[in-house]
Amino acid sequence: MEKEYWRWPESRWTSSDIDWKTGDIISAGVDVGSVSSQAVVLVDGELFCYSNYRTGSDSPESAQKVMDKALEETDLTLEKIHHTVGTGYGRVNVPFANRAITEIACHARGANFMYGPSVRTILDMGGQDCKAIHCDEKGKVTNFLMNDKCAAGTGRGMEVFADLLSIPIEEMGKLSFKVEKEPEPVSSTCVIFAKSEAVGLLRKGWPKEKVLAAYSSAMAHRVVELLERIKVEKDFAVTGGIAKNEGVVKRIESELKIEALEPQHDTQIAGALGAALFAKALVEKERGLR
Amino acid sequence: MLAHYGYKDGSGDYFIVIDTDKCDGCGECVTACPYGVLEVGEDENDPFREEPVAKVTEDHRKKIKYSCAPCKPTSGKKPLPCVQACSPDAISHSW
Amino acid sequence: MTVVGIDCGAKNVKALILEEDKILAKSSVLSGFDQKAAAQEALDLVLKDASLKKEDLAHITATGTGKEEVGFSLGTITEVGANAKAINSLFPSVRTVIDVGAEEGRAIKINDKGKVIDFAINEKCAAGAGTFTETMARALEIKLEEMGSLSLKSQKAVPMNAQCAVFAESEVVSLIHAKHAKEDIVRAVHDAIADRIASMVRKIGIEKDVALVGGVARNIGFVDSLKRDLNLDLLIPDDPEFSCALGAAFAAAEKAKGG
Ligand code: SF4
Ligand code: SF4
Repeated sequence: MEKEYWRWPESRWTSSDIDWKTGDIISAGVDVGSVSSQAVVLVDGELFCYSNYRTGSDSPESAQKVMDKALEETDLTLEKIHHTVGTGYGRVNVPFANRAITEIACHARGANFMYGPSVRTILDMGGQDCKAIHCDEKGKVTNFLMNDKCAAGTGRGMEVFADLLSIPIEEMGKLSFKVEKEPEPVSSTCVIFAKSEAVGLLRKGWPKEKVLAAYSSAMAHRVVELLERIKVEKDFAVTGGIAKNEGVVKRIESELKIEALEPQHDTQIAGALGAALFAKALVEKERGLR
Repeated sequence: MLAHYGYKDGSGDYFIVIDTDKCDGCGECVTACPYGVLEVGEDENDPFREEPVAKVTEDHRKKIKYSCAPCKPTSGKKPLPCVQACSPDAISHSW
Repeated sequence: MTVVGIDCGAKNVKALILEEDKILAKSSVLSGFDQKAAAQEALDLVLKDASLKKEDLAHITATGTGKEEVGFSLGTITEVGANAKAINSLFPSVRTVIDVGAEEGRAIKINDKGKVIDFAINEKCAAGAGTFTETMARALEIKLEEMGSLSLKSQKAVPMNAQCAVFAESEVVSLIHAKHAKEDIVRAVHDAIADRIASMVRKIGIEKDVALVGGVARNIGFVDSLKRDLNLDLLIPDDPEFSCALGAAFAAAEKAKGG
């Protein structure tokens, strides 16, 4: 049995001061990712509740589960939601969704809401991909790229190292700073070659933390290269699973010489949040409000 | 919007960039491409855009280095059919 | 005149002693994490095998990714140049050489004199070279040597989508869980890598005859997939993994003759 190192804490949240019954438009977004799924419900465009759960092998089931989770501590039911948009890798497999929209569009929209209209550059590092998005003050995408071919620069790459070094994923960030001096980054980009390079370094007597630091900075460098392709402009926000790995984020910030905005909510919900915002806009369009 | 389709891996950067503001969805590039790399359809990244737009097919996105290889011989480079066919100049390649 | 060609590859170091046109001895040593030590060991082994001493050698030429690590060599040659020399001597009719090693794939176009006209390289991505097959063998829990014959037993093709060795590993595991026959999965692995190698070869334009060298040429499953993809026959020397070392030895002999 493979050990699970790539597992972020699951979360759920309900607003304490919104009564959905007084709401005019109740919209939802579900982001079915390769590793985790999120559901967000908005009441008139205000965050009402959300949940973040691990994705199972079956996308429709995961979508259902994460939605149930979001509604769990509320008295809102699925039938009361006017419009639902699915996004993410499993976006076409959300059984109760009215429409599917790409994670690129949803992330930009979600980040615009989460961090405010000053956000221009968004980096989303997920379990199996890495997205770099540039958007305008309305959260409309102006430039993007998505790398889901290569494991380098994705959660999967980190997972390979978590596994190699037997370090739980939540501790990787902190541990990677437990070095006296920042080592040279691992020279291979390819995860497979980087792994054999790391094995060589361990054999040379490098402590785990140092190897981890070397990989974290290699990963940060690679992500910066991707970002530079789409143009980095302030404000800058990091979302997705790796946003929680400060070892990589801090190194990206220092290489870019730009600090990422502090999030108020679980950064993994950006996609689902954007989807819920699109759902609201689609209802408005339907009702002839836009 | 500048849509970057493709990837970066250990060996290099392979992106086909489509400027969706320039693309008018005419489909000339789709006809010109001998390997079915491009298609014209709904803009998946802009849910409110009504006009169709060119994009790289899902099938080719993770292997365009290989899909486009025949158009990019190591010597005797010729203009790329897709780029040449596009009159609004909406297509460029990163490699 | 006796010379040595040594090929410091990512996975193995290969050494070969040449006396005029005759190969006296060959050795192959795992590169491990110390290519320098491995190179020394490979040299010691061939010398012992041929009952010679280092002083008996007129020249030593190194090639391969770690050619600069070989402390005792007197000169170096690129892998592309070495392959061109070796294949031109073994198969003079060959115009296209495909070399698939552990970490790199190369396609080389040569003329009738063995001069390099053009070449293309797949490197720095494990999905484009032998490491890919090796990683998949591990995921399938079968020996690398068994991959070839197993793949030839395949009855039907299963599609494989991942283009990255890391993601392909997970895909292989899920294909096993989905109860696909191992031989069909192995075939899919070989088809995938053959497809990437073939498109690299097409970049230089294929001209017959075509030779295949490098350690991966030992894998009959891969050879079968590549032949099918390119739709032509491939000439493979007896010891395909020694092609680079042989070319280096030819280069050493030329140097020793004052060429
Ligand atoms: S460089 Fe390595 S990690 Fe990236 S696609 Fe190639 S095999 Fe995968
Ligand atoms: S370079 Fe050739 S194969 Fe690639 S998209 Fe353009 S026309 Fe198609």
